Amino acid sequence: MRKVFLPRNMGELWSIMTDEPAARVYAGGTDLLVSMRSGAVVAPVLICLERLPELQGVREEGGEMWLGAATTHAALLRNPLVARHLPLLVQAVRTLGSPPIRNMGTIGGNVCTASPAGDTLPPLYVLAAEVELQHAGSRRRLPVREFITGPGQTRLAAGEILTGIHIRKPVEANCQRFEKIGQRRALACCIASLAALLTLTPAGVVISARLAWGSVGPTVVEAPAAEAALTGSVLSRDTLNRAAAFARQAVAPIDDIRASAAYRREVAGNLLLRLPQVQG
Amino acid sequence: MTVEFNLNGRKISVNVDPDRRAVDVLREELGLTGTKEGCGAGECGACTILVDGVNRLSCLMLAAQLADREITTIEGLSRDEGLHPLQDAFVKHGAVQCGFCIPGMILGAAALLREKPTPTRDEIRQGISGNLCRCTGYQKIVDAVTEVTRAVKEEGKSS
Repeated sequence: MRKVFLPRNMGELWSIMTDEPAARVYAGGTDLLVSMRSGAVVAPVLICLERLPELQGVREEGGEMWLGAATTHAALLRNPLVARHLPLLVQAVRTLGSPPIRNMGTIGGNVCTASPAGDTLPPLYVLAAEVELQHAGSRRRLPVREFITGPGQTRLAAGEILTGIHIRKPVEANCQRFEKIGQRRALACCIASLAALLTLTPAGVVISARLAWGSVGPTVVEAPAAEAALTGSVLSRDTLNRAAAFARQAVAPIDDIRASAAYRREVAGNLLLRLPQVQG
Repeated sequence: MTVEFNLNGRKISVNVDPDRRAVDVLREELGLTGTKEGCGAGECGACTILVDGVNRLSCLMLAAQLADREITTIEGLSRDEGLHPLQDAFVKHGAVQCGFCIPGMILGAAALLREKPTPTRDEIRQGISGNLCRCTGYQKIVDAVTEVTRAVKEEGKSS
């Protein structure tokens, strides 16, 4: 039998974490409990973060948004501030899991699980999100792309938890698009995804482009050459094909039960060809 | 540990290991076998229960997390002797084939209707997209849920 703690405030959390250094922390349980049951993860003690009000909710902080780490995906989808300021993230969260999974899983959990297929990660990369990490008595911020170091690996230190995510509102980006390929629309682990954050002139010329792909490498893949290929041009078929070629060079996909590496590489480029559908 | 929560409208207290899964507490400790376990990994929805009115998966919740919550299982969805309107509609439309997915399907639909009393057909499909039926019965299931939303609409008109 494992001990399971359900702290109700941060003071309780820090004292449990001090007393139980071997504890694993979870919020929704949609990843950790599955890994424990399959034997992939051994956790002698568990701490569930679902009852900590300090990790819940969404706040507007000047030009930034703060998303509490234990906010469920469903709560993000219901939040009017998220709908207004982070449409790219909303598009991605809508495709994540299924209604009950979105009622349980949290944004902080999706980041800490650090799966190459984590649906919120490509949007968080292009939005230059920063994670807020807390330790008893200390707090630090780190760009999400530095926080995640490999599949399932992060810079989370012992005794530290992810408490929130800071995102600068992308006020200039007038073209925000998340595209995901899965085997069905719900409950489908991602085969390849693309998050695109573009700023276009009224004539459709790309002023700036941020692109990130999911499920086509050990972590989220970025392709500065593909972004450069779009910048200064309209989203013509030729421009997009040129950018797609750079994207296919940048990705490092694997063969697995869901798709082949070759298919993923092809699709990673092809997803860019969908961008004109939302131009302007 | 002793876990106290509200189950199908009654306060209960159960003595269990805190890391037992909620589905096991319901089925094995409390004898409520209406809640099914399909995949045990959050992919099928058969173990759906309502936690404070929201559909969640009891295979991915531990006993300790039941504390102080209001839990509804299929056995308690109807709070009187009769069937819940969704159950009636499922019977009427022949929406049940093998039946294994149905408790989760009905609780998923109930959670959807609580949030959105008159969903479109497409919204119903999305609402139950976390509940897999392997008898390929979605058509009749959606018909059944649609019937309940129609009843809600008509009630709205007449009042």
